[in-house]
Amino acid sequence: MAYEIKLDIFEGPLDLLLYLIRKNEIDIYDIPIALITRQYLDYIEMLRSLNLDLAGEFLVLAATLLHIKSRLLLPIEEDPSTQDEEDPRAELVRQLLDYQAFKEAALELDRRPVLERDVFTRRYPAAGPNDPEDPGVFVEMDVFDLVKAFQQMLTRLDKADMIEIEAEEMSLADRINEIMDRLMECKHLTFTELIGVRTDRRWILFTFLALLELMKLRMIKAYQSESYGAIRLFLAVE
Amino acid sequence: MEEKKAIIEALLFASEAPLSVERIAEILAGVEKAFIKGALQELAGDYEERNGGIYLQAVAGGYQFQTRPDLSGWVKKLRTAKPVGVSPAALETLAIIAYRQPVVKADIDRFRGVDTAGALRGLLEKKLVRIVGRKDVPGKPILYGTTRKFLEVFNLQDLSALPTLRELKELQE
Repeated sequence: MAYEIKLDIFEGPLDLLLYLIRKNEIDIYDIPIALITRQYLDYIEMLRSLNLDLAGEFLVLAATLLHIKSRLLLPIEEDPSTQDEEDPRAELVRQLLDYQAFKEAALELDRRPVLERDVFTRRYPAAGPNDPEDPGVFVEMDVFDLVKAFQQMLTRLDKADMIEIEAEEMSLADRINEIMDRLMECKHLTFTELIGVRTDRRWILFTFLALLELMKLRMIKAYQSESYGAIRLFLAVE
Repeated sequence: MEEKKAIIEALLFASEAPLSVERIAEILAGVEKAFIKGALQELAGDYEERNGGIYLQAVAGGYQFQTRPDLSGWVKKLRTAKPVGVSPAALETLAIIAYRQPVVKADIDRFRGVDTAGALRGLLEKKLVRIVGRKDVPGKPILYGTTRKFLEVFNLQDLSALPTLRELKELQE
């Protein structure tokens, strides 16, 4: 069995490269590729000798460095048309500068007074269980929440006694139309209400697919007032 | 004036989320927004002058009472749940999204030089990041942006309160 080991020292190949540049006190705009490539490869070799599974991205950058090195070794052509050709290191420098800026931005975020770490606000008791009379504050949810709800529904289903039933013809289009009809009638429905008492997989699946489709088409909106709470569905346009 | 200021203070105390000038204006019908802004600033000044355990902070487009940062060690003893940590990988990802939003995952990966799927999932679960749409290019990749909760957690009045990348670069030099 392979163990995944995450080295906290370097966040990725660019991070390692930046570290080497700083360590050698090198001007980022004029990187001595031969030196840096050798040190980078040494590092990777060391990590491999420690039997650490390196992320593929480390090797990609090693290949990039070697490629740049080989291009720098090629004789410069006298042909004036190639005069404008960019320094082979330019793209890498741009990438490093961008990365450096975002790394700094990340540190800057971390230096801010962070809620629930450095500063605290008053706490309020969580909203009561889903009271249909008091829908509370709705939080707009995304497809991931819906998928999670679907998975929960399926696990519950697995625990229930299974009864063999005959498959019936069902189409996604029919289910979409049924859901739209019901929503027009009732204004809003919960996911559970839509599923109703039926527990067969196909029914739940088709309901779920129909909802995803309707959300994608922006014909309905889904809301949830708290994690794992009831999912409420509304028509997007009244 | 003093009475209205007291009302605003009471609203701030009782509010669950940062309270915006607009919301206060709705409640105090007929009171000018400029007046409310002035009162809020005065209140913030009062608390600062008092130098007690709490102060009034402008955050996520509103105002909210917060505990003083240097007292965090004490307040933590009161909390039973462990604070949610954000890993360096997640912070880098979050910074890229904050500065480049709306942004697709491929661009985040490119900036970081590694695959960000894990970090991105964590940020989505913590609701610091959300899907804001799809980019109109082949494959319709998902576009990500930061949430209101991101502003609240990092104590930002709005996105413009973030230092620009240029400012950060100058800071480094």
